[in-house]
Amino acid sequence: MTRAVAAAILLLAGAARAAQPDPGVLRWGGDAEGGAPFVEADPADPSKVRGFDVEIASALALGVGKKPLFVQVAYQTIDQSVARGDFEIGFSGVEDTPQRRKALSVTRPYFEFREVLTVRAGDASRFRTLSDLRGRKVGTLSGTIAYDTLVAAATAQGLEPVSYDDDVHPYEDLAGGRLDAVLLDHVLAARSVKRVPGLAIQPGAVTTGRYVGVLARESAALRDRVDAILMERMRDGTLRKIFEKWNVWDDEQAAFEANEEKRIALTPLPSSPSRKSFSLVLLYLPSLLKASLVTIVLSCLSMALAVVMGIAIASGRVYGNAPVRFLLTVYVELMRGTPVLLQLFVLYYGLSEFVRLPAFVAALLGLGLNYAAYESEIYRGALEAVPRSQLEAARTLGLTEGQVLRLVRGPQAFRLALAPMTNDFVALLKDSSLVSVVTVVELTKQTAIFATNIASWALPGALCAALYLAMSLPLSRLARRLEGRWRAPSA
Amino acid sequence: MTAPALTIRGLTLSRGATRVLKGVDLTVPTGQLVALMGLSGCGKTTILRTVVGLEAFDEGAIDVSGVPLAAGALPPGAALRALRSRVGMVFQYHGLFEHLTALENVALAPVYVARRPREAADARALELFGTLGVPHLAKAFPREMSGGEAQRVAIARALAMEPPLLLMDEPTASLDPARRNELGRSLEGLIAEGRTLVVATHDVDFVLDFATHVVVLADGVVAEEGAPETVLKSPAQPATRFLLQSKGPPVAPRPDATRSLRVPIGKAPLF
Repeated sequence: MTRAVAAAILLLAGAARAAQPDPGVLRWGGDAEGGAPFVEADPADPSKVRGFDVEIASALALGVGKKPLFVQVAYQTIDQSVARGDFEIGFSGVEDTPQRRKALSVTRPYFEFREVLTVRAGDASRFRTLSDLRGRKVGTLSGTIAYDTLVAAATAQGLEPVSYDDDVHPYEDLAGGRLDAVLLDHVLAARSVKRVPGLAIQPGAVTTGRYVGVLARESAALRDRVDAILMERMRDGTLRKIFEKWNVWDDEQAAFEANEEKRIALTPLPSSPSRKSFSLVLLYLPSLLKASLVTIVLSCLSMALAVVMGIAIASGRVYGNAPVRFLLTVYVELMRGTPVLLQLFVLYYGLSEFVRLPAFVAALLGLGLNYAAYESEIYRGALEAVPRSQLEAARTLGLTEGQVLRLVRGPQAFRLALAPMTNDFVALLKDSSLVSVVTVVELTKQTAIFATNIASWALPGALCAALYLAMSLPLSRLARRLEGRWRAPSA
Repeated sequence: MTAPALTIRGLTLSRGATRVLKGVDLTVPTGQLVALMGLSGCGKTTILRTVVGLEAFDEGAIDVSGVPLAAGALPPGAALRALRSRVGMVFQYHGLFEHLTALENVALAPVYVARRPREAADARALELFGTLGVPHLAKAFPREMSGGEAQRVAIARALAMEPPLLLMDEPTASLDPARRNELGRSLEGLIAEGRTLVVATHDVDFVLDFATHVVVLADGVVAEEGAPETVLKSPAQPATRFLLQSKGPPVAPRPDATRSLRVPIGKAPLF
């Protein structure tokens, strides 16, 4: 025992040492889920990555005399990750925004992209610009310039933005009819229309933006070296060769580089007005409250479904015959034994060929069906905890099995189940944040959007926590009161 | 002569490889207080459970005031309901519904099974509490009662359905001598009302004081039966002698014996 503990400590110490940066290595972060041509797992050797960001990172590492080391990071958290020192530089189609420039050290841009509209080929003549999409659903990746553009257009043009956590599913949902358009950069759009048939990219950019590398704020010196190397690689044609290899070189890119090579300072960006945190709260509170409403409504409905199904499953497992018990056991083990995230994916995307569930319904079903398995185990345990002597006494009094369940077993089981049920409801309230993968914007997602906009998690995170607590604490109190009333009735 | 309240013929029952009952024959005439005696595990409780339809038996036949029970599976719902309108049972550990008050425990079956109006069911329950000496318990929950109190609430619950035959499993196990005598007199009152009682017990003094007939079980069959005075004072069978002998010498009650009424499960007196 002691030896095992000592071994574990040694292992941890070793891991901590390994986490210390190796001076001969340049760690760079990117999201291989983002895919080609940025960063993707190499089909020939999935343990390696390839893409133009990979080649640029390698060129930079070579320039500073180090070996490049890829660090996998979720696209949405590249900023936070580089700021806390997980890697020296982030390269994964990261957009140049005023918020990033404020919070991090940002390299000079190395690629200019155009935000383009993709529509179904049949709609190409009627949905040309954002203003043609009044009342329509337009999808994009959340936390991007495209998302901000859509949110602004929601007010100006009256379209409905739909936020995705990845850039693959928007195009599939467009082809499937859940969306009427997707706004994303032309690199992603070009890749996606090759993969998903029946789509067309509208010519003309809705807006343009630039990809940059991001470093921690205190890494300004390294950033300056990187900038110099980037400029050098632009001039000697290395970048052009890389982009040509990945088929993203075009006239616009040539014009951008010609322009950049002459430029010493960073292109100024239209700066967003800086605000005091109080006015930020006022600005974002309405959308956070709206998202809280989504969270609470979704949680309540999912829990109601879980309770009803849980009671049915528990009754089936206690009273049913062998085949029924077997099937229900399989259901419970399957739902408990696989991640709810996967179940949400299957419900929303996997089933979309057969039944195209609206996002909210898929979220409700996903959470409800999953939690039903947990609820049923609580109820089964509670039903079996009611002493047999009481059940037999009830039977000898002439009560039918249904009456025994309704009048004797059920009420006592419910009391036993109440505390763990409340516990599950509070857990469900927080698990509801997972449904952003099926495009439902609830409290956590809205907070992440807020945090991206102001390039800081401190204030949004505190607000988000306060809102979750405001929802879960009354629940716990209510449950305690109910328990108190039933445990010690007017004695 | 009226028909017997309970007739058992050739009753056998096995649990796994163990034959618990090996052919029990028993007749309980109406209006008697019959004591079932025997060592722990001899099958007293099992007989009560088969009579009240909680357990199926392998062979033989049971007749409860004209309702027959056949060997094999338990009878279907309607037959079971007919059976249970004729026989009630008071369990050793009472089996009171923990979430209901004494009054609700007693009135539950009259309201939901016999479909009596709640007021009438409540009035009858209060009347029974009065007869059994626990009128103060109407609003109490089972966890607030002593063993003896719970015992009498359980009796009231069984009696509320007015069964002509009442089975009781170890009714004196959780009672001190004073309470035991009180219970005995209550049971005599029930006999006087024309009911029939079958009581499984180890309590020799209780049987001598209150039973009208005693049946001694041994090795899964009836070893001896008759008037308590005869059977217990001058036993004819070795089984009965063994039963009485293992009673041991009388023990003076401890000073706290009257306070500690509740007997935890698994710690019931061996005898």
